[in-house]
Amino acid sequence: MTLKHVNAVVIGAGAAGGVVAKELAVAGLSVVLLERGKWYSPFDCRKDDLRNQRVTALGSAFGPDDERYVRVFVDAEGQEQIVTPSDGNYHNNAACVGGGTFSYGALAWRFMEKDFRMRSTYGAVEGGTLEDWPIAYQELEPFYEKAEWEIGVAGDDSNNPFKGPRKKALPMPPLPPNREHEILQQAAELLGLHPFHAPTARNTVPYNGRGACMRCRWCVGFACEVDAKCGTHNTVIPKALATGNCELRTECVAKEILTNAQGRATGVAYFDARDRLQEQPADLVVVSASATESPRLLLNSQSQLFPNGLGNRYDWVGRNLQGHAYAGAYGLFDFDVYDDLGPGATIAICDYNHGNSGVIGGGALANEFVRLPYFFSQLRLPDVPRWGVGHKDAMRKWFKRHLAVHGPVQEISVFDSRVQVDPRVKDYWGIPVVRLSGLNHPKTLETARYIALKAEEWLQAAGAVKTWLKMPGRGLSGSQHQAGTCRMGNDPKTSVVNKFCQVHDIGNLFVVDGSVHVTNGGFNPALTIMALGYYASDYVVKEWKGTKFKG
Amino acid sequence: MRKATKLTRRRFIQIAATAAAAGPAISCRQATSPWRFLTVKEAQTLGSICGQIVPSDQDPGAKEAGVVNYIDRQLLGYLKRHQKAYREGLAGIDQTSLALAGREFTELPLDQQLDVLKALERNEAPGRVWKKRSAKAFFDLVVNHTMQGFYGDPRHGGNRDGVSWRMLGLPYPPIRGRQQYDLTSSPAPKVKSAP
Repeated sequence: MTLKHVNAVVIGAGAAGGVVAKELAVAGLSVVLLERGKWYSPFDCRKDDLRNQRVTALGSAFGPDDERYVRVFVDAEGQEQIVTPSDGNYHNNAACVGGGTFSYGALAWRFMEKDFRMRSTYGAVEGGTLEDWPIAYQELEPFYEKAEWEIGVAGDDSNNPFKGPRKKALPMPPLPPNREHEILQQAAELLGLHPFHAPTARNTVPYNGRGACMRCRWCVGFACEVDAKCGTHNTVIPKALATGNCELRTECVAKEILTNAQGRATGVAYFDARDRLQEQPADLVVVSASATESPRLLLNSQSQLFPNGLGNRYDWVGRNLQGHAYAGAYGLFDFDVYDDLGPGATIAICDYNHGNSGVIGGGALANEFVRLPYFFSQLRLPDVPRWGVGHKDAMRKWFKRHLAVHGPVQEISVFDSRVQVDPRVKDYWGIPVVRLSGLNHPKTLETARYIALKAEEWLQAAGAVKTWLKMPGRGLSGSQHQAGTCRMGNDPKTSVVNKFCQVHDIGNLFVVDGSVHVTNGGFNPALTIMALGYYASDYVVKEWKGTKFKG
Repeated sequence: MRKATKLTRRRFIQIAATAAAAGPAISCRQATSPWRFLTVKEAQTLGSICGQIVPSDQDPGAKEAGVVNYIDRQLLGYLKRHQKAYREGLAGIDQTSLALAGREFTELPLDQQLDVLKALERNEAPGRVWKKRSAKAFFDLVVNHTMQGFYGDPRHGGNRDGVSWRMLGLPYPPIRGRQQYDLTSSPAPKVKSAP
């Protein structure tokens, strides 16, 4: 059924989609915001350590569900398997209003200046597609600031000499340090590093009409029981709805983007909550469905004019899938380091993001979020059996005496690490599913090892009696930090969108999410995705006033 | 005479109805395990295995935590895709025990039970079932589910009374937040508002 025409339809109510919907609605455009998941509330927190977005022993709490969603995963040996969202190889990100920001750990980093100039900094890398962004840090800076103040970020990076210049401090102070933080702070200073309070989108004081963090141990992977974590679900999306210009439709699964004979986007076909096929016509279409689902939607939108899907004239859609090669170390101590004071991930260093001799790039290091008992039981401690009395003894001995430091190591993008649509497998609605294949660049693993050794050094300086490394595998990464699959660039032959997130040959179609990242920084990408949302919206609103999109 | 016949018929119907209702109930009670998916025998075998994976000592183990209850419950829920693995695998463990020690698993002394489990872990367990199913994969599955049942949230049927959290020194029931205890450890933060 064809629905009432609107100015803009935004697909995906996550980190970017929520921001775009709000910015356009505030500017007076009529907006429909489509979301395949539900709108959960803090009451859905449940603090279930076997069923959340990080531990999926009994499924994922905030979707997508295992009943209707599948993907095809091709492993390092070329073996295909069909995987469901609770399987790690699905490379899941939550499906709900707020997307990943509903249940994330909420680290809210700005990328550094060099993160936008990886090719200029490190040169071309054989077997990789390392490239500069078409925009510089300075162009995104005002939008980083806007995101920090509208979404709400706490922290204190005044002791971080490596950060890009900022005009305004963060709006909220950091949390008081817990014992882990204090131990690592002393050790970092001993090593001559520059430890500081990591920026997190979490209320540490009442802000934006919501209360402060109560410091429980269920944070990353869980909804916030007291609504102190800040995502798009409790900031910009309610603001978008309050304008009266935005309609949020949940449990709506986009099927394809519709185009006309002139090669312009005309709207979106989607299945509504009752599985009825609907058509939403619009002046412009914004795809913010994540770096795996956005390329899937573009590739599934085939027509005579676009036989290989939209924006895919030169076969770049779905390419360069990257996440982060998480690397770090664990340490065991002969004194208690655990004080049951959440959420963790409060102390960070950026000393090893760039300028590491012999390797390309690097990553921020921070302490890990609180490890719950089941999560800890799954760590392989050296010389400790997996089961039996030896394992139980180790749990008793080390649970309160272990620390984890790790960081998102920036990856060298690889052309063949990619999202395709599978030629055979379809989901519940009959839509061809994501097919994931490819490997990490070998040089990324060298950087990861470098960073892991630095993490180990930090733990040893903190007094760890035993340490061991945590290293990423060869397989591709995506998951919550997925990015890169609709690259932003000036040359239509080697990218999918231009510097304003506009698909090169379709003026009224935008991709705004992690997909457009050329490289993914050595940081959790959420704030950058939000900043891109503000940045792209700014362009759309300015152009809109010149009626450029009114076909 | 007619009246008597009528009464008899009514009485007959009553008896028939009672028998019809009671019959299956009685036979059902005789055949049913107190478990949801497992048979009584399977539950005993699984209980012995879980008891080796997290043994009871000065602290409660898998037995006291109700790990079998967790697995049994989840085999009809989220873990139902593993039903066949458990049905065949638990039978296979008895085959291995018989081959290695001449007795079924639950009847073995504890140290011999360990030998059987280690043979499974090495994937060198004798038994008909292990010709088409990996002994190691099944054992890994049970180890993982036992850890879930022992350390996971009690709402799912294991970790009864939070025994594992108490063992690790975590407060149970969990303290929901600690901010209220720590406000004195730093100066009161300044409240700012959004622009």
